[in-house]
Amino acid sequence: MAYSEKVIDHYSNPKNVGTLDKASKNVGTGLVGAPECGDVMRLQIEVDEETGIIKDAKFKTFGCGSAIASSSLATEWLKGKTIDEAVAIDNMDIVEELNLPPVKIHCSVLAEDAIKSAINDYRVKNGLPELVEEKAH
Amino acid sequence: MELKFPIYLDNNATTPMDPRVLETMLPYFVEKFGNAASRNHSFGWVAEEAVDYAREQVAKLINADPKEIIFTSGATEANNLAIKGVFEMYASKGNHIITCTTEHKAVLDTCKHVEKMGASVTYLDVQPDGLIDLEQLEKAITPRTILITIMYGNNEIGVVQPIREIAAIAKKHGVLFFTDGTQAVGKIPVDVMADGIDLMSFSGHKMYGPKGVGVLYVRRKNPRVKVTAQMDGGGHERGMRSGTLNVPGIVGLGKACELCRLEMDSEAVRLSAMRDRLEAALTQIDESYVNGNRQHRLPHVANISFKYVEGEGLLMGFNKQIALSSGSACTSASLEPSYVLKSLGLGDDLAHSSLRFGLGRFTTDAEIDYTTKAITETVLKLREMSPLWEMFKEGIDLDKIEWAHH
Repeated sequence: MAYSEKVIDHYSNPKNVGTLDKASKNVGTGLVGAPECGDVMRLQIEVDEETGIIKDAKFKTFGCGSAIASSSLATEWLKGKTIDEAVAIDNMDIVEELNLPPVKIHCSVLAEDAIKSAINDYRVKNGLPELVEEKAH
Repeated sequence: MELKFPIYLDNNATTPMDPRVLETMLPYFVEKFGNAASRNHSFGWVAEEAVDYAREQVAKLINADPKEIIFTSGATEANNLAIKGVFEMYASKGNHIITCTTEHKAVLDTCKHVEKMGASVTYLDVQPDGLIDLEQLEKAITPRTILITIMYGNNEIGVVQPIREIAAIAKKHGVLFFTDGTQAVGKIPVDVMADGIDLMSFSGHKMYGPKGVGVLYVRRKNPRVKVTAQMDGGGHERGMRSGTLNVPGIVGLGKACELCRLEMDSEAVRLSAMRDRLEAALTQIDESYVNGNRQHRLPHVANISFKYVEGEGLLMGFNKQIALSSGSACTSASLEPSYVLKSLGLGDDLAHSSLRFGLGRFTTDAEIDYTTKAITETVLKLREMSPLWEMFKEGIDLDKIEWAHH
């Protein structure tokens, strides 16, 4: 299977690989997937207390090129967004941007899950209720 | 020597054809196009003569009688013919077949098929090194057992089963022994007489011959084995496989067998040295593991897991330069990794992290050096990106984490 240019680019030059301090109150961490399924994504956001804007985002991913590209792209998109805007990121946006073939759609789903999971972690840490909206898949 | 890209290290999937094989085949397309079954003119005689010669070349490689060679379209067809053919032919004797979980799909799916037709099939587990347990095999035999089908060398991990011991057990209990020899024939010495094999399949394109041609060896003496034909027609191949013979393919297969017979020993020495060098270099990487028994295996195969890195992602790091295969199956809907590796008891994570190396006649030392370097760099790079590697380094037990399964 041939990969799209954009997937190859994110794979070769991934953006925002790294680790934020998960103990910090301003940092939300999402860890999704499972080693047995061949995909694990950890996505972290750091939120500016005053503006509520995501000022930094980092990821680490165990998975195929499409999974790495999906999480790299997600971190790019997250930076500069408010939490509300971040929640609105849909996996199909990722599919479209990266030209993912049908067999790789699960990679984008995982990235969306990682975003939501990171946001929830941040919300819980800051005394807010978890988001209930969860897609069934 | 200058490297030519891409480097091909997937010789278990298929081998390039040896130019000497192609040369032998060429006259049989346009000039000598006859049907080997045409008995009344020279076109037919020429074709028949070529087929007879090839049959001798093939037989000689495995120490069989030429009359015991049945040409087929490949190993898959030969596997089908052997299992279905024995199941039908020996129905009055019994319906029980013994195989193992690491067989090729062409054997496993054929067994599944005959199960639907009333067969009872025992799928033996393998030990962690990929070898079957001979005691377990013998215990599985019942008065209704008609066939044991265990492969010679495994396509994913290269493990070579104890063929002679299996054959002896089969003989002792009056059970036929069929082996899928696809990966072994032409790579290591296979002798149907000394090994005690009753039926064996193999294929042209795994031994530098053409695709679309293969063999089922069917023993004629001690015991005389028969299989029920699975294709009706002109009664070719002693009635066991109808269909006009693929003369150019058979000529090519014959030549490929001859080349293997003459060059196999030196090739095996060269390839196993290269394979060992590759393995030694790659196991220098932390948390990398060789899968399968390292003594009893094919000389050109290595299967290595690089923990905390996913196989397909790893391949992407160099797939423009190196053609390799992974035990991960991230492209399939099920996300199931290699069933062979899972049969060894490997966790899914290790199975997902594996690469299969199949060296071949045209593999060079320079290619091995390049591959070693490229893989090492990519593994290290991807581990920097891997949350699992980070957790492992922090001393977190990944087995204790409750993962969200999809």
